Amino acid sequence: LIIDLQRFISSERPSWNNLDTMLRRLEAEPNLRLNLEDLERFHDLYEHAAADLAKLTTFSSEPETRRYLENLVARAYGEIHETREKRRRISPLKWFFRTFPQTFRRHVRVFYFSLAVTLTGCAFGSLATGFDPDSRRVTMPFGHDQLRPSERVKEEETRAEDLLAGHRSSFSASLITHNIQVSIFTFALGMTWGIGTIFMLFYNGIALGAISADYIGDGQTKFLLGWLLPHGVVEIPAILIAGQAGLLLALALIGWGERVSMTTRLREVSRDVMNLSFGFALLLVWAGFVEAFLSQYHEPIVPYEAKITFGAIELALLCLYLSKSGQ
Amino acid sequence: MKTGALLIRTPEGIVFSQSLAGPVTRFLAWFVDFLCISILTSTIGTLLGVLRLISANIAGTAFTLGYFIISIGYGILLEWTWRGQTIGKKMLRLRVIDVEGMRLQFDQVMTRNLLRFVDMLPAFYFVGGLACLLNRNCQRLGDIAANTVVIRTPTLEEPDLDQLLTGKFNSLRQYPHLAARLRQRVSPAEIATALQAIIRRNDFEPAARVNLFEQLAAHFRSKVNFPREATDGISDEQYLRNLVDVVMGRSVAGMG
Repeated sequence: LIIDLQRFISSERPSWNNLDTMLRRLEAEPNLRLNLEDLERFHDLYEHAAADLAKLTTFSSEPETRRYLENLVARAYGEIHETREKRRRISPLKWFFRTFPQTFRRHVRVFYFSLAVTLTGCAFGSLATGFDPDSRRVTMPFGHDQLRPSERVKEEETRAEDLLAGHRSSFSASLITHNIQVSIFTFALGMTWGIGTIFMLFYNGIALGAISADYIGDGQTKFLLGWLLPHGVVEIPAILIAGQAGLLLALALIGWGERVSMTTRLREVSRDVMNLSFGFALLLVWAGFVEAFLSQYHEPIVPYEAKITFGAIELALLCLYLSKSGQ
Repeated sequence: MKTGALLIRTPEGIVFSQSLAGPVTRFLAWFVDFLCISILTSTIGTLLGVLRLISANIAGTAFTLGYFIISIGYGILLEWTWRGQTIGKKMLRLRVIDVEGMRLQFDQVMTRNLLRFVDMLPAFYFVGGLACLLNRNCQRLGDIAANTVVIRTPTLEEPDLDQLLTGKFNSLRQYPHLAARLRQRVSPAEIATALQAIIRRNDFEPAARVNLFEQLAAHFRSKVNFPREATDGISDEQYLRNLVDVVMGRSVAGMG
């Protein structure tokens, strides 16, 4: 059966044009809210076009018109059937004080798992350093295996020149970008059903545990705390949150005991994963800044007590923020 | 099974399809984007060369942050503001859409772009390319996580079939019984071929155009033989236009 295509197109064209015009308006202004009258008209036009597409698909042998209508119906379908909240103007303060901490708390058990993996890595790193000092060559990053902690402390405390003088802010920028990249990578590895994320968290834990055990074993606990606390109390939770985001993705991918499809599960966590990603990136900006401008300065320039106190206050504020803000 | 098309069924029971982009086209689009990012960063580097004369520290900071923001933010910003397209995707006529045809959300754009870190491994999007080849909807890992697909978006113009009709005297209409027999004997696929030949006639080389219409006319003549007085003196192309007009323009199932 072949339809009278020309008559069909000429009679339906005004309706398609109207739908196209409305769609262009909606696409150009994502915040546009149609009034009831326009909404009804839009819905009618969509249903009309969808019915035309059905007729054309059944009867016609003309692919150009069918493709045109398919495109029109596809665009309108997205607008009509979208049930997720339409984007609003972003409020950074609301996001910072409500959305992010609320998202964090909603998935706090995943964060605890992330923390447990890192602590296991820490224990492994500490034990490895205690039982096999040679393991420092593989467990300690950034050349920490090259120098005994006491030698480094002596070197840092007696150094007359400021090694970071003249490039402190570029050093800070390098730290920020590097840490964010590593954290994004930790999060993205969630797509390996979480195996990659767990590996990254465990490996970070090993490095942290090995370095800590090395400094404590060499009697340099105070230096260690003064060096790591100011930036570490923010940097380490940020990486744990990256792990939390990655594991959240992995859980949605695996879907243990869930009856809904993977598409639905991923859709459900998508916004939370985004909020956590923005959150860890923001924390790492602060950590990078503190690491370059405070952590790398030791006694006699900055007293260790002051650095430790600063770190402790930061940690308390971070805990307060993540546990109470937006309640 | 891979079909090269994403079929979406609406609650009203209407099915529409979107052509999926293959890994090679997507790789080419990425390469264009990679060039754009390189040009942008090298431009920033050149501009900051001036700033370096004043303060190497500030210039170094600005370059490190600038490079990082551009390399990560390029895809996110453009795909969000251009509704699923970047410069490379625009050039290759590709677009990112929601896998269920819904409106593309910012979190989807962000997730698919952040997951490039894994898709790029170990080099040149090997993991992403492999996932794309194995996945029914040609999705890389970032697309799977974000529930997105990349489709081809050919230029779509409003259908214009005015050119179809002769607008003049159609000699075949003088023989309604033969026209009816023709409608019975011609399949939709055959008439679609004739229709497409007429619509795209200006795209052919002159010799190929003459040859094509000659072959098509011969084919349809073999279906129903109109009297010589109806076909004499008209070209093969005109014969085909008359024929399509008779079959499609005055057919049995008028709609609308």
